[in-house]
Amino acid sequence: MSIAPESYIVRGATGDWEIVVGLEVHAQVTSKAKLFSGASTTFGSEPNDNVSLVDAAFPGMLPVINAECVRQAVRTGLALGARINRYSRFDRKNYFYADLPQGYQISQFSDPIVGEGEVHVELANGASKAIGIERLHLEQDAGKSIHDQHPRMTLVDLNRSGVALMEIVSKPDMRTPEEAGAYLKKLRTLLRYIGSCDGNMEQGSMRADVNVSVRRPGAPFGTRCEIKNVNSVRFVMQAIEYEAQRQVDIIEAGGTIDQETRLFDPNKGETRSMRSKEDAHDYRYFPDPDLLPLEFDEDFIEAARQSLPELPDAKKARFTHEWGLAEHNAATLVGEKESADWFEQLIDELVAKTGQPIAKIAAKASNWMLSDLYGHLNKAGQNITQCPIDPARSAALLALVLDGTISGSAAKDVLEDMFATGRDPLVIVEEKGLKQVSDTGALEAMADQIIAANPTQVEQYKAGKTKVIGFLVGQVMKESRGQANPAVVNEILAKKLGSS
Amino acid sequence: MSVDKATVERIAKLARIRIEDHRLAPLAGELNQILGWVEQLSAVDTDQVKPMTSVVDHALYWRDDVIADGSKRDEILANAPAAEFGFFAVPKVIE
Amino acid sequence: MTELTDLSIAEARDKLAARECSAQELTMASLKAMDEARSLNIFITETPERALAMAESADASLKAGTHSPMTGIPVAVKDLFCTKGVRTTAGSRILDPFIPTYESTVTANLWQAGAVMLGKVNMDEFAMGSSNETSYYGSVINPWRAGDVQTVPGGSSGGSVAAVAARISPCATGTDTGGSIRQPAAFTGTVGLKPTYGRCSRFGMVAFASSLDQAGPIARSVRDCAIMLGAMAGYDQKDSTCVNTPVPDYEAALSGDIRGLKIGIPREYRVDGMSSEIDAMWQKAMDWLKDAGAEIVEISLPHTHFALPTYYIVAPAEASSNLARYDGVRYGFRAALEAGDGLTELYEKTRAEGFGDEVKRRILMGTYVLSAGYYDAYYLKAQKLRTLIADDFAHAWQKVDAILTPTAPSAAFAFGSKPDPLAMYMNDVFTVPASLAGLPGISIPAALSADGLPLGLQLLGRAFDEATVLKIADVMEKAAAFTARPADWWRKGA
Repeated sequence: MSIAPESYIVRGATGDWEIVVGLEVHAQVTSKAKLFSGASTTFGSEPNDNVSLVDAAFPGMLPVINAECVRQAVRTGLALGARINRYSRFDRKNYFYADLPQGYQISQFSDPIVGEGEVHVELANGASKAIGIERLHLEQDAGKSIHDQHPRMTLVDLNRSGVALMEIVSKPDMRTPEEAGAYLKKLRTLLRYIGSCDGNMEQGSMRADVNVSVRRPGAPFGTRCEIKNVNSVRFVMQAIEYEAQRQVDIIEAGGTIDQETRLFDPNKGETRSMRSKEDAHDYRYFPDPDLLPLEFDEDFIEAARQSLPELPDAKKARFTHEWGLAEHNAATLVGEKESADWFEQLIDELVAKTGQPIAKIAAKASNWMLSDLYGHLNKAGQNITQCPIDPARSAALLALVLDGTISGSAAKDVLEDMFATGRDPLVIVEEKGLKQVSDTGALEAMADQIIAANPTQVEQYKAGKTKVIGFLVGQVMKESRGQANPAVVNEILAKKLGSS
Repeated sequence: MSVDKATVERIAKLARIRIEDHRLAPLAGELNQILGWVEQLSAVDTDQVKPMTSVVDHALYWRDDVIADGSKRDEILANAPAAEFGFFAVPKVIE
Repeated sequence: MTELTDLSIAEARDKLAARECSAQELTMASLKAMDEARSLNIFITETPERALAMAESADASLKAGTHSPMTGIPVAVKDLFCTKGVRTTAGSRILDPFIPTYESTVTANLWQAGAVMLGKVNMDEFAMGSSNETSYYGSVINPWRAGDVQTVPGGSSGGSVAAVAARISPCATGTDTGGSIRQPAAFTGTVGLKPTYGRCSRFGMVAFASSLDQAGPIARSVRDCAIMLGAMAGYDQKDSTCVNTPVPDYEAALSGDIRGLKIGIPREYRVDGMSSEIDAMWQKAMDWLKDAGAEIVEISLPHTHFALPTYYIVAPAEASSNLARYDGVRYGFRAALEAGDGLTELYEKTRAEGFGDEVKRRILMGTYVLSAGYYDAYYLKAQKLRTLIADDFAHAWQKVDAILTPTAPSAAFAFGSKPDPLAMYMNDVFTVPASLAGLPGISIPAALSADGLPLGLQLLGRAFDEATVLKIADVMEKAAAFTARPADWWRKGA
């Protein structure tokens, strides 16, 4: 049984329109040094500090490739389930700009390092969809032009010039803003899992060029516009929504769409045309004669494959099928590598403490983590990496619940205390006297006492109104000042009243 | 394939070289002369020929991922026609 | 006693080792010759103080016994090599001013070996030219005159060959993209070697056409080229196209024994209009080789005719991209701007005023052949022709060990005698095929023209087999016994 992705239709005055979206995602490769020079890739340095003579394109400077960038591109290709090209090549993309010192960008045009692949995304209605990957190639980032720091000048910082990027090009497979958002999120998750990109969209480590066109359902593709450098999942979705409507409005008013480059303005939620450069599309690509073809063998690919961690799809399948987690819980946990890692540590600790099989405790632990713990984190505006409680202490708390030492409601109090103070749960339990009484001798005495004191309810119970046992349990709990284990109390009372 | 004044103007724009109007026609003539001469290559059947990518037959050297360069801003800016606050400076660009 | 400036590298090396002269004496003699030859416009930048300081430390290492064959040898450096702290122009206004903060690998290797830099010598702008007439710093004048007529020194390494021919320096660095070492060597009676592509590092050498550019030695004998190449060559991880293969002892290869070697004579090099005196020289050289026990074999390099047009697509295409970095932003010349001028005007004016006509012509040509719609017809086609041209040579190497041709179709010509770009390009007709195939080639002087100008012969060899090329050239050099030298008419008071 499969659920179909929801369709997204722009309802125009003349009928329905379907949108077609493709993404070109630029992801900064995690490496210490740049793609073709030994300068640092560190973010936030003083202007022009992380610049070598190669990055600034001084006369006679030549590119030498960084092995780590090649390895990361191959690992990423493998994570995308894509074909790895053992032969690829670097081309020059020629254009002039102040922050492009060479007058060309070294990129891969005709022979990219990674070919076709596929990414699966999950949608809100429970449907899943495969988004095709067209290619992944390595290229240099440009520097940065700063237009607002000087009254008459544009200032150029080349710190980013030459930093390695992976450009990951999707097929035009997305039909809704949600799909585009889910795809971008999934890509980010994958890259962060394998450590080939930190996925930090605020710092620009990951940004998307969004290609949007509209068409009548089933008709050939329309003319597309490219929205450049969108730097959040939310903006990508907003930009698509706005752009699709804009295009429909133009076409329905009798106009045509110009193929052009646009910018998304997050403040206004609009896209607008960039000042068009008449020659922007004649890049005069040709193979970079300063470099030889990039070639490697199967062993290199295999070593890259061996270095990959378990990927989110596989992890999710393990969480649901082997560990018994609810689909939704598993999806949420694997969505961020950090939360999945945290959860797995929690389970490790919990197994060590309780000796219980994973399948018996994992679902409960995931519920606790995603509702109780995340409730506190959300309230504090924190994410799992900032959590003041580590998995070991959390496991200690859960173990107290699992072995009946404290009740579920007491555990909530303990968690609140732990979250505020970071203290050991056992210390809190002792201090607050939250230990449940599971000593059947003591509880039986209390039960006898309550049965004797409440003949009416006992009569009712015996007459078949068994729900009244809840009242009696409550009385025992009260008597024990909340420390009795309600499950044990229930059992004792039922036995004594002779119903079971 | 022949080059006219407009083509010279277009490629000069691509190459960011200002050409005076009166130079466009003579340049078109010179380029046409050269292009007419290289036209003889079309006589050679190259359908089955692979384009040369490199005259040397050896493997590309791969650098280790170590920071071995940079931190030389003074050197980078030493020859700059205009520099401000550690940046290169160019006339203001309006995007 | 011979003048110090007449000494070859090998002779100077022996005298220095025997302490019969000092490196400082040798350098001072060169500096004096440099001073006397200013009218030839050879040097763009003279570095006498640096030369004397380097000579002093050369003397120290000679004294300490830590010297090598190039220790104390004066070298003129083509102004295409970046030299730390010494302005580097590439013969262009667009690099005015530019003082590199780094040293090219080739010159660093020479200084490491103890050589002495006299200064930076003139050249065609960005090495684009065959006559040295395109330099922003004015033409170099060939020390050789046809009677009273001044001639060009050839190009682009015109300053390099002139410095050697005028006996300012025993040797000079050159660079060769389509013949820029070999053709000017032929025009000036000097010996010039273009090594295999990948033999010398291109790091720090201003790029013209990256897939063709190669540094090489220019000197007055084959032996000197062997010695100098040994110091220039070597693997360099800073140049991805530089090949990691050992540098042999080239001088040791000069055994004088070429018996049994097969020398190819490509029939396609007998071009229409080649002067009879060049043809005669070529024939004579075959006899020398036969007399030395080598075998002459007629061969065919069928695509020779297409090499020049192929070159004039590939080289301008690469140049159009390589020269994009000269934009007035980070170094060099920036045009004066008017109020309201933006980034585009900065680029267009800087490049219009900074580049000379030939450079502009080639940038436009290269931009055109790479532009949308023309790539396949021109650039891709040319790269396919290049494969065919390289294959021609590969087939030849199955039959022969080296190939003998004239270096250039004529002797040095008068200034302004080739106003038409195509006529100028024809100068490289014999040198360009080997450049496209990345093969080593040497030019040696072998005869004088009727006008009294030197003529050169070219020997080509297998990739990375400079040793065989040098060995054969050494034998031919002895047989040719070319001892003519230009009258030193340029010397003040001479």
